[in-house]
Amino acid sequence: MTPVFYIIAALTIAGGLAAVLLKNLVHAALAVTVAFGGLALLFLSLDAQFAGFAQILVYIGAVAILIVFAILLTRGSDLPQDGVFSHTWLIGLMIAAGVFSVLAWAVLRSVPALPHETAVPAVTVHDIGVALVGRYVLPLEILALLLTAATIGAVIVAMHEKDGAQ
Amino acid sequence: MLDKPIIDKMDQIFVLLQHWLVSFLPVSLQPLAAVLLSVIVIVCLFPALFALTTVFERKGLGRIQNRLGPNRVGPFGFFQPIADGIKSLTKEDIVPASANAPVHFLAPIVLVVAVFMGFAVLPMGRNMVLVDMDAGLLFYFAMGASTEVSVFMAGWSSRNKYSLLGAMRAVAQMISYEVVLLLSSVAVVMISGTLSLPKIVEAQNQYTWDLPHWYIFTPWGLAGFVMYAIAATAETNRSPFDLPEGESELVAGYHTEYSGFKFALFFLGEYLAMFSISGLGATLFLGGWTAPFSFLTFIPSWIWFFSKLMLSIFVFIWMRGTLPRLRQDQLMNFAWKFVLPFTLLNLMVTALWRFMGEGWERWVVCSAILAVVWVFMGRIEMRSEHFGPRSYRYAE
Repeated sequence: MTPVFYIIAALTIAGGLAAVLLKNLVHAALAVTVAFGGLALLFLSLDAQFAGFAQILVYIGAVAILIVFAILLTRGSDLPQDGVFSHTWLIGLMIAAGVFSVLAWAVLRSVPALPHETAVPAVTVHDIGVALVGRYVLPLEILALLLTAATIGAVIVAMHEKDGAQ
Repeated sequence: MLDKPIIDKMDQIFVLLQHWLVSFLPVSLQPLAAVLLSVIVIVCLFPALFALTTVFERKGLGRIQNRLGPNRVGPFGFFQPIADGIKSLTKEDIVPASANAPVHFLAPIVLVVAVFMGFAVLPMGRNMVLVDMDAGLLFYFAMGASTEVSVFMAGWSSRNKYSLLGAMRAVAQMISYEVVLLLSSVAVVMISGTLSLPKIVEAQNQYTWDLPHWYIFTPWGLAGFVMYAIAATAETNRSPFDLPEGESELVAGYHTEYSGFKFALFFLGEYLAMFSISGLGATLFLGGWTAPFSFLTFIPSWIWFFSKLMLSIFVFIWMRGTLPRLRQDQLMNFAWKFVLPFTLLNLMVTALWRFMGEGWERWVVCSAILAVVWVFMGRIEMRSEHFGPRSYRYAE
């Protein structure tokens, strides 16, 4: 718990809050990007280079762009007349709080179960790679299959409109 | 031929200079000062190179188009970038009334910062890398991905249809070709077994009969380099893939509404991205700072790195002066139907190369697979291509 941690945590939480509270949808998407960046910095401050860079590459480079595209291609970035806040925000808040409390409970319970490590474990990218294609190869392959199915599905959905031409 | 100590000194001149300058400071400050000094050099050197490149580009394009190019400011027009710099600094900074001011202001800054970060992991000579990261290549691509956000920010915040269209084109193009960029680099990682760029260069720093073990001199390396070069051209929005700023359709694309120094920052960011992506290409496929022949190793390593970098810049300029701009559908079809499948195939060929072991057989087999697929895929793609009047789906 160093000052750096608190700065990054504040940045991440501010990004997340801004994403929820800002009225402009594109501003909210950009605020989510800030929160993603903060998470990546948290990974980096824990010496998890691979996770940190993958977070930037996947979340800022792809997910944030995807969100932005979805906003622009569907309803436009202009403000709707009846406000941007959903009427069921209270239920949403309760569900979010419930999920958070379950996660927090699980994390706090798991602390004594973990071995108490004094030194920072040195995990290189090489180790991660070996683990991914060794012990965790089955989950990796299942994920790959799932993503391939999703890609093919997306292509089929996009192809549907022009049934006349090949 | 010079003797060994002098060669080593010339090779390490910048490293020694840095050590000498830092040695004046107290020991506790030295690591910080060394990093700061390197950052200052990078931040000064590449914009200077950018200024030089703009002159070379305009001169080169002039030569290709049978005209003179800039020749008024200074000898042979070489002070043109200084005049341009003063002009863009003194021009009025116009922000459209309906623009989203904070995002409009942040976009060029995010772009330049993200692009500069990429230089941190590039080895520019023996022992000349700012941060030797275990996951250096991943860091580079993470920073490259962040530039997409800034392009979108610029296009959206300007509140101009041309800006927005340009930004959407740019982002779609960058995402499509980023896949290829990553996958073509993965081939190098598969063979060298590391994501650290200095180690990748070290793996290529061997010689057989005076010839280097650069990855471009292997079948999979050549194919990977061609795919990398195509993707890099598209990624930096250079001609023939410069649709995001196609003047005839979109005024200037996502930076239409930028003027003065903010426009100069976009211009700078674009060229810096070109330098860093060329530097990465040289590092991955062209042996980084290693010499092309073993008897030329007496020339300092940083000269080789920057020669390779400037050579790729020259090719970029040459292509810009030679090739016409593609159409949007051609661009996307090319990325997803030709370049991406071929890059995937190249990954499999690379794996084959890795497991066939030493010997001449793997050269024959890998080259044959790649050549046959290249020819047949090209034939099949061309067959389905109708050359005729353009058909419009939406605007009849």
